[in-house]
Amino acid sequence: MKFKILVCAIVLVSASAFAEIRLGALFAVTGPASFLGLPEKQTLEMLVDEVNASGGINGEKIELFVYDTKGSDQEARKKFLRLVQKDKVLAVIGPTRTGSALAIKDLAEESKVPLFTCAASRKIVDPVAKYVFKSPQSDDHAVEKIFEYLTAKNKSKIAIMTAQNGFGAAGRDALIAIAPQYKIEIVADEKFRDTDKDMTSQLSKIASQNPDAVIVWGVGPAPAIVAKNFRQLNMKGYLIMSHGVASKKFIELAGDAAEGVILPAGRLLIADKLPENDKYKKLLVEYKSKFESKYNSPVSTFGGHAYDSFLMFKKGVESGGKDSAKIVAAVEKIRNMIGTAGEFNMSEGDHNGLTKEAFEMLIIKNGNWEIAE
Amino acid sequence: MQFLYSGITSGSIYALVAIGFNIIYNTTGIINFAQGEFVMLGGMFIYSLLYMMNIPFIFAFPVALFGAFVLGVLFERVFIRYVKVKTELNLITITIAGSIILRGIAMLIWGRDTLLVESFIPSKTIQLYEGTITSDSVLVIGVSLFISFFLTIFFKKTKYGKAFRACYEDKVAASVCGINVKMVVMFSFGIAAFLGAVAGVAVSPITYVTYNDGVMTGLKGFSAAVMGGLGSFWGGIFGGIILGVSEAFFASVFPSGYKDAMAFLIILLILFFRPQGILGRKKATRV
Repeated sequence: MKFKILVCAIVLVSASAFAEIRLGALFAVTGPASFLGLPEKQTLEMLVDEVNASGGINGEKIELFVYDTKGSDQEARKKFLRLVQKDKVLAVIGPTRTGSALAIKDLAEESKVPLFTCAASRKIVDPVAKYVFKSPQSDDHAVEKIFEYLTAKNKSKIAIMTAQNGFGAAGRDALIAIAPQYKIEIVADEKFRDTDKDMTSQLSKIASQNPDAVIVWGVGPAPAIVAKNFRQLNMKGYLIMSHGVASKKFIELAGDAAEGVILPAGRLLIADKLPENDKYKKLLVEYKSKFESKYNSPVSTFGGHAYDSFLMFKKGVESGGKDSAKIVAAVEKIRNMIGTAGEFNMSEGDHNGLTKEAFEMLIIKNGNWEIAE
Repeated sequence: MQFLYSGITSGSIYALVAIGFNIIYNTTGIINFAQGEFVMLGGMFIYSLLYMMNIPFIFAFPVALFGAFVLGVLFERVFIRYVKVKTELNLITITIAGSIILRGIAMLIWGRDTLLVESFIPSKTIQLYEGTITSDSVLVIGVSLFISFFLTIFFKKTKYGKAFRACYEDKVAASVCGINVKMVVMFSFGIAAFLGAVAGVAVSPITYVTYNDGVMTGLKGFSAAVMGGLGSFWGGIFGGIILGVSEAFFASVFPSGYKDAMAFLIILLILFFRPQGILGRKKATRV
């Protein structure tokens, strides 16, 4: 018996000693955020297969350990510990949601395992934690892009309408905090619930202030109802929404009311419409066509976050090898890396590396997105 | 003025749900907390029939309502009938459990996505004095008025309606008089589900349908029913509209974030000061 255990132990130890690059991943594949987590998992699996088929990183193949967090922060902590203690991974990609990312930020720091999160909140990298990176754009970037657009149009009087959930609250904070920098005046500050069925009372209140633009921060059906009511009340001025509605679902729900809605979004949505000489075009079109032919479902920006996280990890391992501190140092040296979300320029003080240029202002025309003039 | 029109629109939705609560209350004396789920299912049925099976609206509408009716009857057969100790508290608890089960099943069948139902009548915005209202809202208001008118006649004037009311007053006496009480209770659930589905279909173009819509719809409808007086159909309409309008005006004066608190504040106030509701009558007791 003892002999058997010994043999098993030797096999296990030698297996991990000769093992390839062990990469962990945590995504909310099921649960309320499954529409984010599933494309992330699919994207990562696709990329790992691709890298392995072409000989791996530095000649070593990647072994992937994916766990489902079910969108729960508790589950994310458990699975992260499992990845670190049992699977002995070199780095972790994910998790999907902001809450989960914040829940394991400290764990990543203590266990010195580089974490490349796919969640958006600024808080993940502010304050900077040595081992934690983030690939999606922050709300601040979207807000800056919107204000830049309004300033270019000489508009400065805005009304904001934000959802009463985590996404809406973060957007509201960013809008209020950044407005003074662009000399933008917020004349009305209204809220709505995801379950509200009629927004005309908030919009009427806003209309009495005559703002140049109404900025709506929310996800799901509620922003579509806002758009419908906005048209119903014949309101003037721009209707601007967040990147939270950058999906075909919004256009479908709002129907005609979606026409003319302006929003900041990553370039992936309009990959085909980018000019030929655009520096992002090649990568975006390639990712889009590969993903869509492999999984037979439309590409989403969320899968793109996993794509970018994997690019960071790959760059890190290519020059840092299998030492986690060296990987971090290598990732911090990333300059001008083109990803799906934009151009990444990392540094010791910036573990996101994106600016507002990661967003493009789009306008909805004929049920599709166009670049807004 | 716009606040008034907005209030009437959402108020008439609440009113339709409140009427559903009232029907079951009128025959059994219990509150069916699954009523909101029947509204959601009405929307889901019409969506499935129209867009998944491509059936024209004229046929899809009665089929959806019939489907809901059958489901309501089943709901009573499965959940209510076999309860051993039929106290009101037990039955109400069962309806809450039933609503959770229905929601879960709906999530499995239709998924978590919000589904879109197109307007049944040409969508128009009607310009009124200092405000606008959509044709969809007018339809909902019309439907709720029609239903409460029809139901009042049914319960007050017809033989069957009287049988329903007799069951509420005294089950034993009703059965002695030859009324099949079990049948009446079963049908009242069927009719309530039917009405919930009418509401669900009527409002689906305005609100879209999502599997968990029933929770808020049910609660708001319940507040409307309590406010108008449980059991009274006109009370339901009245309560619904008052609730919708006060929510809209509340949002215009106070930060809109606290809009939903209004419904619950109203329930509390009514229960403190006028438990029988604004239009409700005190139950007469003979000694």
